[in-house]
Amino acid sequence: MKANGGMSRRQFISLAGATILGLGIVGCADNSATSSSDSGDAASSDSSSEATGKVYYLNFKPEVDEAWKALAKTYTEQTGVDVQIVTAASGTYEEKLTSEMPKSSAPTLFQISGYVGLENWKDYCLDLSDSDVYKELANPDLVLKDGDQIDAVGFVQENFGIVYNKALLTKAGYSESDITDFASLKKVADDIQARKDEIGVKGAFVSSGLDSSSSWRFTNHTANMPLALEFEEDGVTNPDTIKGTYLPNYKDIFDLYITDSTCDKAELSAKTADDAVSEFVNGEAVFYQNGDWGYKDIKSIGDENIGLLPLYIGAGDEAKQGPCSGTENYWAVNADASEEDQKATLDFLKWVVTSDEGTAAMADDMGFNCPFKSSKESDNPITKAATDMIKGGKKAVSWAFAVQPNQEYRDDLANALNKYAAGGSWDDVKTAFVDNWATEKAANK
Amino acid sequence: MGKVLKKWWPLFVLPTVLSFTFGFIIPFFQGAYLSFCKFKTINKATFVGFSNYAAAFQDPEFAHAFWLTAAFAFLSTVLINVIALAIALALTRKGLKGTNAFRTVFFMPNLIGGIVLGYIWQILINAVLSSVGAQLLSLNTTAGFWGMIVLTLWQQVGYMMIIYIAGLQSIPSDYLEAAKVDGANAWQTLWKVKIPNLMSTITICLFLSLTNGFKLFDQNLALTGGDPDHMSEMLALNIYNTFYSRVGAKWMGIGQAKAVIFCILVVCISLVQLKITRSKEVQQ
Repeated sequence: MKANGGMSRRQFISLAGATILGLGIVGCADNSATSSSDSGDAASSDSSSEATGKVYYLNFKPEVDEAWKALAKTYTEQTGVDVQIVTAASGTYEEKLTSEMPKSSAPTLFQISGYVGLENWKDYCLDLSDSDVYKELANPDLVLKDGDQIDAVGFVQENFGIVYNKALLTKAGYSESDITDFASLKKVADDIQARKDEIGVKGAFVSSGLDSSSSWRFTNHTANMPLALEFEEDGVTNPDTIKGTYLPNYKDIFDLYITDSTCDKAELSAKTADDAVSEFVNGEAVFYQNGDWGYKDIKSIGDENIGLLPLYIGAGDEAKQGPCSGTENYWAVNADASEEDQKATLDFLKWVVTSDEGTAAMADDMGFNCPFKSSKESDNPITKAATDMIKGGKKAVSWAFAVQPNQEYRDDLANALNKYAAGGSWDDVKTAFVDNWATEKAANK
Repeated sequence: MGKVLKKWWPLFVLPTVLSFTFGFIIPFFQGAYLSFCKFKTINKATFVGFSNYAAAFQDPEFAHAFWLTAAFAFLSTVLINVIALAIALALTRKGLKGTNAFRTVFFMPNLIGGIVLGYIWQILINAVLSSVGAQLLSLNTTAGFWGMIVLTLWQQVGYMMIIYIAGLQSIPSDYLEAAKVDGANAWQTLWKVKIPNLMSTITICLFLSLTNGFKLFDQNLALTGGDPDHMSEMLALNIYNTFYSRVGAKWMGIGQAKAVIFCILVVCISLVQLKITRSKEVQQ
């Protein structure tokens, strides 16, 4: 070979040998580094007599990763129990969990997103009926059950509805009291859209982006209203088939979103969640359907300017309708973990939801509105607005969308909405909403 | 040198053998076994026989993904190699200035990851589509397919070009001089001298672009995500979606069965291609 012309075979071989040796040394150095930290952990847990198990939490939310790590450190300092926090990269939780669970050092604490996720993981959930973390729940319904067994405990109560910019609504000549149902919401939105240049906005609603970063706002959250109303009427919680009783209302609200919007319908398929946030933050739109988890993104408009309306779709008892309130964040404890690790994990959870440090971290650092008895109230204005609404006698709408069959169902629905927004037929949405429910529920079995 | 190598070869082979065994052979057989199982995590698998394969073959989306992938792999292989060879020929001409700069420019797209490329091209293509009033990528199957072709070409042509340049430069110059003395024109030199001497390079490039075409994942995920209605979903993405966008234990096994079918398919096609092009290689 010409490339090696200048180097003899012997030189080449010795060079390769040196490289391999070098790699070997690096490898050893790596090993010794890990083993020394391992022994360090062992020493620290040995030093405290009762601490034998350890905690490994696979966290779902990248935005609170640092807060969890800080909290874990505090706990380790106080008790000597080793707490490891690992966060899956955004959107890859299921993948990460699937690959971590078979390991000998599997997560002892993991998250489940609802009954759909439970379907995958119920064999791995420890029964939490007798656990302190379950007993600490202020609302004992915020759990995932498999028969009588409590498989997972919700740890964040989240609310969504139509977030609006108070300053802009006032500028348009309206106030929250003008919007009491779908008809008045539509009237106000249509008026703002008609006078958008005068008010200085680009549209009444932010772009209803149908890119996958944003389409969940409609396939999951908007769809929650027709689903919740239908389930309530039929007295079911997780049916195998649905009728789509309130589908016409779903069409009404979606039409409103895409008509009184900052952009042309044809552009929606490429609009992202970031587009919606930036439009709202820049004051280009008044209304933005989202929930309290989105507060961090929009807080630059000022807490006093952030308001929340119920997600009106023109059905049910709208005078009493409150925010959609529920969670997609449940804690489950690994049933396959060793008994010591399970105990350590349950102790850690108890500490997180009852201690001053834990409750403060959850509320202030992570911004969670937690459903536990000793939880600290969050200062998130969207959460506050939702809590005030419920205190004022409005009825929270449950998260019915949590029992949507699977991601496939949501993706297909997003696709149908996309086609509809680009000028297609509503029949596609109807098929994706109603018929696909039965198909995908059957496919899960 | 023979003596030293004979004595020490196990030491040199060991790291590769170990990493190949742990990184490839063991997972491969484990994966093949899991395709006959119902499982959620790999340590809790129950044997179910061939039902996963039956389900995989009955899945119309999988069949569609297969034909789409086949069309894509064929088209992209042909286009990549024709264009890459053309550029390589142009850039090895004597007396051309700035060839190194051109080579660098053509090679650079290859340094960007597939996901990033996918999103960048998504913005570019959507801008073009919306300016001509066509439906955007997520609703436009044709644009999605050609978008992936364009993206793949943009990314891989430079890479193949470098290999072709290396191949062209290794053709002994006396062959070319002899052809010139015999009065061959450029076209005749290309077909009778350069290409026959390039056959080993062509084998490699065809192999790489064909298998890349079949395995395409990142670009597919980022550019179209399979939209609309799985119509632009290729095999690798179909397998991924079977794994992760369905719920229930049976889907993991079906995804695994699809992956095994996919693997066998790619291996067979590559072997056939290697056999055909190898037979045309000449010894210098």
